[in-house]
Amino acid sequence: MDAGLEAQIDQWRGYVRRHRAIAASDVDEMEDHLRGQVDDLRATGLDDDEAFLVAVRRMGALDAVSREFAREHSERLWKQLVLVPGADDAGDGPRWRELAVVLGFAVGAGVAVRLGLTLLPEDVLARFVTFLVLPFLGGYLGWKRRIGVRTVLAVVAPAVVLALVLALYPFAAGGSTEVIAALHAPVVLWGLLGVVYVGGRWRSHPGRMDFVRFTGELAVYVALLALGGGVLVGLTAATVSLAGGDLETVMGEWIMPFAVPGAVVVAAWLVEAKQAVVENIAPVLTRVFTPLTIVMLVGLAVVLLGAGDLADVERELLILLDAILVLVLCLLLYSISARDPLAPPGVSDRLQLVLVGVALVVDAVALTAMASRIAEFGASPNKVVALGLNLLLLVHLVRAGWLGLGFVRGRRPFDDASRWQTTYLPVYAVWAAGVVLVLPPVVGFV
Amino acid sequence: MHIDKDLVAASATPLVLGILADGESYGYAIVKRVHELSGGRMQWTDGMLYPLLHRLERLGLVEATWGVSDVGRRRKHYAITPAGRAALVERQEQWAVVADALRQVWDATVAAPVRPSARTAQGLA
Repeated sequence: MDAGLEAQIDQWRGYVRRHRAIAASDVDEMEDHLRGQVDDLRATGLDDDEAFLVAVRRMGALDAVSREFAREHSERLWKQLVLVPGADDAGDGPRWRELAVVLGFAVGAGVAVRLGLTLLPEDVLARFVTFLVLPFLGGYLGWKRRIGVRTVLAVVAPAVVLALVLALYPFAAGGSTEVIAALHAPVVLWGLLGVVYVGGRWRSHPGRMDFVRFTGELAVYVALLALGGGVLVGLTAATVSLAGGDLETVMGEWIMPFAVPGAVVVAAWLVEAKQAVVENIAPVLTRVFTPLTIVMLVGLAVVLLGAGDLADVERELLILLDAILVLVLCLLLYSISARDPLAPPGVSDRLQLVLVGVALVVDAVALTAMASRIAEFGASPNKVVALGLNLLLLVHLVRAGWLGLGFVRGRRPFDDASRWQTTYLPVYAVWAAGVVLVLPPVVGFV
Repeated sequence: MHIDKDLVAASATPLVLGILADGESYGYAIVKRVHELSGGRMQWTDGMLYPLLHRLERLGLVEATWGVSDVGRRRKHYAITPAGRAALVERQEQWAVVADALRQVWDATVAAPVRPSARTAQGLA
């Protein structure tokens, strides 16, 4: 058989494979059929192209065939997770090796945290715990992506600088800059993890959006694993206590230090193996929570406007507002990352716009009050950071709202809104790095 | 001639089981056999055969094994099971009743002037 026909059959395979209800082994079966048909047709005097076209046409419209497969194999639409080679699968080796690598990294992260618990004082450990876990996550992703030496250096060098800064800055014991730095360092590390995730192509917008999807799916998987693990540990603890034992010490010293970091690495592996959860869950979550969040924000606006003087709670309120805006933003990102970019604007796009609008109103009201109070009573590191983050989020949401409005009104493609998200995301990592590196010396490590 | 798709669908299971009762076979060969048996007048959408075979496999009426064709391609072979033979007997009885009833109706209409649509139906029976 000539190369042209082989290429056509390959293309057809790829096209069939995109139908989730049709499994790889079914494609093999259908390919055998197609090739048999093509051979017979060529024997009757058709040329390769004609034979291929007729054979494909006789196979039928793939969407209809796929629906038929879906009716017979409804379990496949509950997407199958193939982690280790099964009887039906031709390939082996790599998957088993990947499983071994994943478990290696998961145990490694557990050992690192366990050693940290033994060797480091509690406050130092709190500052460095992400440094103990994320390198293993990054290690797995880097191994999976086969990243080059330059990418490794580009990621490891900033991480080391960050770790040195956290270790060597003379933070005042229990001071606010220490807490602020410890909170912001993970954001920088997550940004670096993103560079590993996209295999060094950090300028690529689709790559960044993939990382957003990865983050969302990872969160869902970690939550699921935590839930399952919690039930398991709870039942075990209850049984042990009935038998007169106590699991608490073992739990704090051994189970949690290994289970939590291990779950993060394993979750990353699950995301890599089955990149479809967000597709299934994101639309559901966003559709349920977008209206609920709108209701919450409207309630909040009423409370804020009715409260009058907000000066007494200024810092807590600022932090709370940041949390609300982050929530709105996550909802927005989560749905954008899972949305079909070609679909026309729909109800959920309008709801999202309302959500952004209401969030902006709430923020504007509170921010005005806060800014005037800060101008009057002076700033603290906490206030400055909270206010700064608030402004970053504000810019992000205003532009997202503007582009979303353009999309809903049919003036702009959806890609504009999506691209704005991926353009703006690195700003947060840069901001967090600034907060860790610059803020403490400026305010004297208080 | 175009045969109504409901009729094709209804006859597919007994046809496949009947062909497999003759001996083990695989997808493309089954389609070819149907083509031969109907003198090329029954056109299946070939892709639809596979969900059907999988359903029969799930119901335990056929058994599937992966083998290799003469030219070395992976090929799934299907063989009828005892349960499949029993199902085939049952289907044959059902179709005999239907065909018998239809034949009597056709015979009655032959006395009346034959319309083109009636002739089409006769060819089918």
